[in-house]
Amino acid sequence: MASIGDIPVKVEGEPAAPAEYGNALPVLSQVRHALAQLTQGGEPTQIDLGAMPFGPGDEDRLMALLGQGEVTASVDALGRTRIQETAYSGVWVVEYLNTDDQRVALHLEIDTVPRLLRSQPEDLSDALAALNTLLAASLDQA
Amino acid sequence: MATATPQRPQGQSMPTPQPTLGESLRRNGVSRRGFLKLCAATASLMALPPSMAPAIAAALESARRPSVIWLSFQECTGCTESLTRSFSPTVENLILDTISLDYHHTLQAAAGDAAEHAREEAMHANAGQYLVVVDGSLPGPRANPGYSTIAGISNYDMLMETVADAAAVIAVGSCAAFGGLPKADPNPSGAVAVQDLVKDKPVINVSGCPPLPMVITGVLAQYLTFGKLPELDEYNRPLAFFGQSIHDRCYRRPFYDKGLFAETFDDEGAKKGWCLYRLGCKGPMTYNACATMKWNGGVSWPVEAGAPCLGCSEPDFWDAGGFYDALSVPPGNSGDMLLAAGAAGVAVGAGAGLLARSKTKSAAKQHQTVTAAELEQKL
Repeated sequence: MASIGDIPVKVEGEPAAPAEYGNALPVLSQVRHALAQLTQGGEPTQIDLGAMPFGPGDEDRLMALLGQGEVTASVDALGRTRIQETAYSGVWVVEYLNTDDQRVALHLEIDTVPRLLRSQPEDLSDALAALNTLLAASLDQA
Repeated sequence: MATATPQRPQGQSMPTPQPTLGESLRRNGVSRRGFLKLCAATASLMALPPSMAPAIAAALESARRPSVIWLSFQECTGCTESLTRSFSPTVENLILDTISLDYHHTLQAAAGDAAEHAREEAMHANAGQYLVVVDGSLPGPRANPGYSTIAGISNYDMLMETVADAAAVIAVGSCAAFGGLPKADPNPSGAVAVQDLVKDKPVINVSGCPPLPMVITGVLAQYLTFGKLPELDEYNRPLAFFGQSIHDRCYRRPFYDKGLFAETFDDEGAKKGWCLYRLGCKGPMTYNACATMKWNGGVSWPVEAGAPCLGCSEPDFWDAGGFYDALSVPPGNSGDMLLAAGAAGVAVGAGAGLLARSKTKSAAKQHQTVTAAELEQKL
């Protein structure tokens, strides 16, 4: 199915510079509180940016303020999930995409490692069982 | 649409027992990380904090597909358009595929007797457990039933027969929730809302003309996930989506607080994105999620496009005065306070919206409206 981005739009004249709506800084302040909480008690926080009343340009401004860190990761499960560490250690941008690469959710995670990157506990026992099976089969052949 | 579970041909009876959602997802090769992602996105969809994702995961793991019967009465199919225009395939589609949509005029393949047969079969197979979704108002019991019939059955008879064994009814769109356009003055067909007729079952109103696709699917997802109905406001709308006014969640709100208003659609204020209150924005009295969830996959929403909110998710919005007339200004001190708030740049917070909402009810009765010019004089 064609996406809305496929519709050709012609803009005449110079587009006006986006106005300053001032909705990025309060979120940054929320991030600061969450990071302080992580530092003190180790409690992680997720912030759903989709629930924020952002005007045009607010999200870009927030992302510019957060900057880019050392780690970039991609998870391929039910479509891609892009994970980017920001310039502030412990603050991660997690963008969930569907199989058509369209965004379904945008979160900030304030944690040492984003939840989605960790191995899932149920998968660990499955993996152990699978390795046991493989080794047993290999030993039988040897 | 994404197919998370095998599609069942219309009109066949439901296989029992059904797999849980967790089972059917794993059968379709969805990993646990994929499931976790689904839960994170579902939390967003249901307007719940992301920290709810583990609880959603636990609930979804054992959730079963509820049977849904969708009835369309006096409506324009805009609500179904909204629902299906959610980008495909998305989390919404995945969730939609995990309900069992057993009857829907527009989306089902069956027609005529076979279609009506599918509805009856779903009702018998899931008695007491199925959900009925209604879009459109319907001629009331004393109106001429000939204004709207399906397969020779009056809308009234079909609704009452279908809801008799339902678990709950979801009225989608302002027509089903409040009567909407068919009920607008002079209401020639005697149209009434679903909640005017259904008194012995829970009725959830998902209003809007049309409602946001994410809100329609979010309410279904909430029922699927937690197996119970969401918390509702005074108009029986889910608080998760209708708990805050457009005004309180509007990114242009800071301009209202500073007293900066667009006066025409092409003046400097309009170009700078100032508040649209004086151009007739009904944001202060309108409760909906447009300001955060937005439309077309989060691309934009009316106020971001420079158009004042029409208040389409509120009762009788069609008869509440001109769309481009500034909100009715009620008499009395509180009304003056609201104006003063805009003029003096006082940040009145959530109070202004609530005030406007309660005052608008009385103002609507008296139908006292002001033009932008009159408002200007008062300011």
